[in-house]
Amino acid sequence: MLEVKDLHVTVEGSEILKGLSLTINAGEVHAIMGPNGAGKSTLSAVIAGKDGYQVTQGSITFEGQDVLEMEIEERARAGLLLGFQYPVEIPGVKNIYLLKAALNAQREAQGLGEIPAPAFMKLIKEKVASMKMDTSFLQRAVNEGFSGGEKKRNEILQMLVLQPKLAMLDEIDSGLDIDAMKVVADGVNSLRAEDRAILLVTHYQRLLDYIVPDRVHVLVDGRIVKSGDAELARELESRGYDWVQEETAA
Amino acid sequence: MSDAVHSDVQRFLDRLSERSNARGAEPTWIAARRQAGAARFEALGFPHRRIEAWKYTDVRAIARGDFHLATDADFSPATAASLTLPLEAHRLTFVDGIFAPALSRLDELPNGVQLLPLSRALVENHEALVENHEAVGGPLGRLTGVEFSAFAALNTAFMEEGAVLRLASGTIVEKPIILQFLSRAGEAPVMSHPRILLEAGSRSQATVIEHHVGEEGAANFTNLVEEVILERGAILTHYKLQEAPLADLHVASIHVEQARDSRYTSFNLNLGGGLVRNDLVAELDGQGAEANFNGLFYGQGRQHVDNHTLVNHNAPRTFSNENYKGILDDRAHGVFNGKVVVKRDSQQIEGYQSNANLLLSDRAEIDTKPELEIYADDVKCSHGSTTGQLDEEAVFALRCRGIDEQTARGLLTLAFAGEVLEQVDLDVIAERVERAVAGKLPERFNLTGLVEAATALNEE
Repeated sequence: MLEVKDLHVTVEGSEILKGLSLTINAGEVHAIMGPNGAGKSTLSAVIAGKDGYQVTQGSITFEGQDVLEMEIEERARAGLLLGFQYPVEIPGVKNIYLLKAALNAQREAQGLGEIPAPAFMKLIKEKVASMKMDTSFLQRAVNEGFSGGEKKRNEILQMLVLQPKLAMLDEIDSGLDIDAMKVVADGVNSLRAEDRAILLVTHYQRLLDYIVPDRVHVLVDGRIVKSGDAELARELESRGYDWVQEETAA
Repeated sequence: MSDAVHSDVQRFLDRLSERSNARGAEPTWIAARRQAGAARFEALGFPHRRIEAWKYTDVRAIARGDFHLATDADFSPATAASLTLPLEAHRLTFVDGIFAPALSRLDELPNGVQLLPLSRALVENHEALVENHEAVGGPLGRLTGVEFSAFAALNTAFMEEGAVLRLASGTIVEKPIILQFLSRAGEAPVMSHPRILLEAGSRSQATVIEHHVGEEGAANFTNLVEEVILERGAILTHYKLQEAPLADLHVASIHVEQARDSRYTSFNLNLGGGLVRNDLVAELDGQGAEANFNGLFYGQGRQHVDNHTLVNHNAPRTFSNENYKGILDDRAHGVFNGKVVVKRDSQQIEGYQSNANLLLSDRAEIDTKPELEIYADDVKCSHGSTTGQLDEEAVFALRCRGIDEQTARGLLTLAFAGEVLEQVDLDVIAERVERAVAGKLPERFNLTGLVEAATALNEE
């Protein structure tokens, strides 16, 4: 589904990713872990198309398409969605506007018409309830005055409505208390499907107790230095990142 | 005065004498005011940029223009129909300043409402009371005298047409009253000097929509003077929807006088016009009087939009609330100068003022100056001004959800204007502004459907 090959990325002249390769197949949940500054957030930002990242080498393909040639919105419509670590507040734009606009943009790209109002309402109500959110959230401006946990739930709500093919979740667990994390994890788990993949970027193993990944990759200094199964995350939790770095250096 | 400037002034005065000769004799009180206006205009000349109030607005496009006066009100009914706001309303229409009965709707005026073109009001006034011009002549020019500005003086010199609306005490007008000003694209540019007189009797209530619009390519000059008198407890909502063609020149001087417990709400929505200057002044003369100034100006291309507002808190316990939003694209230039003055002994007043501007292009410019003058000590006042650009993080966040860039920018721009637009009760007007500001957005988004969906969710 997603294939990243030998990706080199520089930000303001300094190289952050130094030859990263990663393959994610449909139905899989991957977790990228690593110490601060390793380039974890850079990877998902580049895949989503954020400004300020220069790809100097390598390629990213999604279902055979060259992602780097696609506009930001084309990537999203193709099913590549990024859940933000720090969701931005958008004063004056109601949540419900965003959800409907985004859903209709996706449907248009698929050659479908606008979703009828009753079907939209039914869908939204169901998803809002599953994220344990109040419908009043829909009338509020996107993320404005939301607590950290509410913002993260809102990101997952958007995922549930838009049903991406590949959901990339950047530090979705940061700033969450345990109850909020369970709700978020339940939301993410409900996205798991044979035709869908999930890429979790996280610093802590804690989230992976609730969303058990198929593959865990350790990102150090711009490269994936070690990959394994869920067991690797637990090992990282108990031993920290240093041993991986030492092992790689050796 | 230099020769060039002198000849600019003389050109307008020549037009005036041509008109006066063609018109023939008129009542002495009108002739006298005309003369006073002309004399004042001649003495002042057109304002130049060394005058503080005109520092950022260059009126040479007006001063150097050679404008004639229209002589007929012919206008294609089909074009007029496409320009007219689709609202059930009472309507007075003027074409390049000339009253157009065929495009007006004055039947079904409720009791207590007098709505007529100024020309007719002057004649009726004259015929009914030859020696007493108090009915129209009294209030006319009382608030906006010839000394207010060269443009007010010029208007007074040329004054002959416009609208007179009088509401008897206790009259509540259900349908909005539209004063429509159509600008024609002709061979030579024309000028008009409309005069509007709104007198709302005590406890009367109405919505007046002043709509400036025209044929593409029109390049006419409109110089409007408007006097609004609210008696005790009167409530008036006043929309000024400016959608004139982009080469039109527009100057408006609006004065509002408010008695006790009256409420004046202004929506100054400026989308059109190449050069626009609005002066909006409210005199809060009685306790409990309230003035709400809502403004939205959107400029593109090389549009220049200047809004000068002034609220005079002349009495204790008076309230003013001003919120102006500017959105400027391309090389558009906006000016906002808002002043709140609290007179001595005007205690316990509240005066709030805010101006926020959004620059959509690096070459757009805004000059903003909020001013507060307070001569009383027990007051609640605030003012502030901000200028910024679209939040690129927000644009990115929206695009990351599949919303194309143009729509994302339109949506954020509308969100910026939202605070003012949400106050607009008339959907027809709100939609026109949304469409102008956000381009293709409304069609794509079907906002109406969304609002319904959201409302339905809330009701469950």
